[in-house]
Amino acid sequence: MSSQITENATLLRLATAGSVDDGKSTLVGRLLYDSKSILADQLDAVERVSKERGLTGTDLALLTDGLRAEREQGITIDVAYRYFATAERTFILADCPGHVQYTRNTVTGASTADVLVLLVDVRRGVLEQTRRHLAVAALLRVPHVVVAVNKLDLVDFSQDRYDEVAADIQQVGKELGVEGLTTIPVSALDGDNVVDRSSRTPWYDGPSLLELLVTIEPQAIPSEGSGRDELPLRFGVQYVLRPQQGAVSPEFVEYRGYAGQIAQGTARVGDEVVVLPSGRRTRIVGIDIAPAPGKESSRTEARAGESVNLRLADEIDITRGELIAAADAAPEPVTEVDAMVSWLADTPLRIGQRVLLKHSTRTVQAIVRDLEGRLDLNTMTPEPVEHLELNDIGRVRLKLASPVMAESYQTSRPGGAFLLVDAQQGLTLAAGMVNDPATPGIVHPQSAFNWAI
Amino acid sequence: MRDPPVSTFNHLDALESEAIHIFRETTAELERPVLLFSGGKDSVVMLHLAAKAFWPGPIPFPVMHVDTGHNFPEVIDFRDRTVERLGLRLVVKSVQDYIDDGRLTERRDGTRNPLQTMPLLDGIAENRFDAVYGGGRRDEEKARAKERIVSLRDEFGQWDPRNQRPELWNLYNARHRPGEHVRVFPLSNWTELDVWRYIEREQIELPSLYYAHEREVFARDGMWLAVGPVSQPREEEQVITKQVRYRTVGDMSCTGAVESDATDVSDVVVEVAATTLTERGATRADDRISEAAMEDRKKEGYF
Repeated sequence: MSSQITENATLLRLATAGSVDDGKSTLVGRLLYDSKSILADQLDAVERVSKERGLTGTDLALLTDGLRAEREQGITIDVAYRYFATAERTFILADCPGHVQYTRNTVTGASTADVLVLLVDVRRGVLEQTRRHLAVAALLRVPHVVVAVNKLDLVDFSQDRYDEVAADIQQVGKELGVEGLTTIPVSALDGDNVVDRSSRTPWYDGPSLLELLVTIEPQAIPSEGSGRDELPLRFGVQYVLRPQQGAVSPEFVEYRGYAGQIAQGTARVGDEVVVLPSGRRTRIVGIDIAPAPGKESSRTEARAGESVNLRLADEIDITRGELIAAADAAPEPVTEVDAMVSWLADTPLRIGQRVLLKHSTRTVQAIVRDLEGRLDLNTMTPEPVEHLELNDIGRVRLKLASPVMAESYQTSRPGGAFLLVDAQQGLTLAAGMVNDPATPGIVHPQSAFNWAI
Repeated sequence: MRDPPVSTFNHLDALESEAIHIFRETTAELERPVLLFSGGKDSVVMLHLAAKAFWPGPIPFPVMHVDTGHNFPEVIDFRDRTVERLGLRLVVKSVQDYIDDGRLTERRDGTRNPLQTMPLLDGIAENRFDAVYGGGRRDEEKARAKERIVSLRDEFGQWDPRNQRPELWNLYNARHRPGEHVRVFPLSNWTELDVWRYIEREQIELPSLYYAHEREVFARDGMWLAVGPVSQPREEEQVITKQVRYRTVGDMSCTGAVESDATDVSDVVVEVAATTLTERGATRADDRISEAAMEDRKKEGYF
C-alpha cells in the first residue's frame, strides 16, 4: 500500500461510471479494500453500520457513500474523490454517480480522467446508461476505457454470457469511436479479478483491474509529463508577475514574468513563440520556478503539466487570457465556434441565448447562434430539436464577442475544451468541445457522431 | 507485465503544479481572496504553495485565523512568526470575544470547533472576502471527499452538497453573486502522506508539536489529551507523561495526541505511511459527534 510508493510514482486519474445498482460503489470499495487502502477506523465504521442495518456481510459501498441522503437512499449522488496507491502509481479516483439525473457528474469526473472504469451488470448487458457513458467517454476523448463486466458470481462465472456482453460492448464502443476499450470479467462483491486474479474465471487470461490500471501504456495517457510533451507549445497566461517594490528580494524589482501552466508541449529557452490573439512574435529568454531545496530555480526547459513563469525577449504588453504558443504551429484566433456541448443545467439551452465562454485562461461573451441537433443515445443518431435539456449532448454554433484560440478537441484536449457559464447566476451551463474546423460536420470520423446536417 | 513508466514529473510535482494553478486562477479572477491560516500543517503547506505561485512577488492576499482561544501556545507563536516573516496581513476572529459578549454560548462538552462558524462567516462578510482558501483535503473525511475544488457558498455561508457546480478539466468557475463567496481547496487531491512527503521535500518548518516530545496527557474517549488551561483531567482520569506527537493541531480540548517516536520529518513520513488509523479518526473528537458531523457543520458554513 501507500508505504511502498516510490519517489517516482506517477499519478493516474480514474473516473467510474455505470448504471444504478451496477455495483460501482462496491467495486470502488473492493478496490480500496483489497489494495489495503482502507484504514482500520474506516473499516470499523463500515462494519458497525452494516451490522446495524442487519446485513450479514460488510457492505463495502458504505466506504464511499458519504452524504446523509446517500446513506439514506443507498445511492451515490455526487462525485466522491478517493485516493489509493501501489508501488508504481498513485491514483485519484472520481467515483461518479450512475443515476440519469446526475449524468453531469459523470462528465465532471471524465473530463480529467486518464481512464474511465465503466461498470456493466453481466445479467443486464448494455443499457441506455452504458451507451450514454460510452458516448461521454468518446466525446471527452478519455484516453482509455475499461469496462468491468460485474456480478459474474450471479451467472455462475459463465464464459458464454461474459463473451456475449463483451462483444456487445465492443460493438457499441466501435460505433461511438471509443478508443482503447478493454473488458474484464469481475465480481466486485467477492473481489474476483479486481485486485487479484480469480480462480473462478479460468477461461480469462487477462489482467485484474488493478494490474491493468498499473500497467496501462503511458502513451495512452496524455497526462502530466507524458504524451502531451511532444505537441506544439500552448501556455495560457494566468497572471502577470511584476513585483516591483514588493519583490521577495531586490534583485527581482525589475522582474516581468508570465505565470501559467504548460497545457501541452515543451517550453525551451530560445524558442520562438507567438502571443495570441495579438499575433506578436518573440522568444522565450527565461523559464523560472520558485526556489526549492535541490532544484534549479532557472530552467532551460519545462514540460506539459508544469506551472512556471516565462520571461520573453521583447517588452510586449501581455495580460491574463492571452496565449503563448509555438510560433511555427500556433492556433488561429476565432470568433465563431462549432462545438459539441454536454448541457449541464436545469434550464434549457435556447438559440439566441447570451452566455460566457471560458477557454484556457480567457473568458469572452458569446451568443448561441445555432443548435444543430441533439444526439439520440438509443440510435446514436442526431435529431433536430428546439432546445437542449439537462444531460443532452448536442451540437451548437457560437458567435464570440472577441477571439479565442480554440482548437479541435480531437487534436488537443486543453485547446478544445471550454465551459459555458451563465453571466448572471454564475452557473456552469455546459462542457464544450470544439469541432475540427478543417473537417466540418465530423466529430469522430468512424463514429455515429458523423452528423450529416 | 511491462515496467511502469519512469517519469521525472512524479505525483508530488503534479499535485504541486495543480495547486499553484488553482491559486493563480482564482486569485486572478476574484477581487478579495483570503487564506485561512491556523499554523497547522495543511495551512502551512498552503502558504508555501501560495508563495511559490506568485514568486518572486509577494503573496497577494491576507490570511485569516479563527482563533478558538483553545489553541496550543506554540502554534499561535508559530503563526505569528510566519506571518511576520512573509510580511502578511493577519486578520484574527476570536471565538472568545463572541463568548464574552454573549453572541456565542460555550457548549457543555467544552468543544469550540463548532463555534468557529459564526466568527468565520462574520470575518468573511466584514472584509468582503470573496474567495476563501482552505487547506481541506478530500481524503480527510467522507463529506470532504464530495466537495469541489472551487465550492460555492451562499450568503449564509451554506454548502449545498446536492447542488454543486460541475467542475470540468482544469477550468474553474469562481463566479458568484454579491454576498456569495467561494471556498477554494488547492490541496483537494492531496493525502496526509502527500502533505508530509512534500514538507520533507521542501524542508518546510512546522510547529514543534508535530514531532514526538514528552507531554503530560490523560486518556479520554480513546485519545491522549494534553493537560492545559482548557483541558483538565476529570477526577477519575489519570495524568501521565508520554512521548507523543500531533497529527492535526486543532483545539487542545478535543485534539488528541498519538504515541510516537517520530522526532523528525522523515520519521513522520514513515509513521504516516504505516498507520492504520485515519488522521481524523485518531485525533478529532468533534468528528465523532455523529456519522455526518462534518457534513452538517459544512452545510452551516464551517470548513
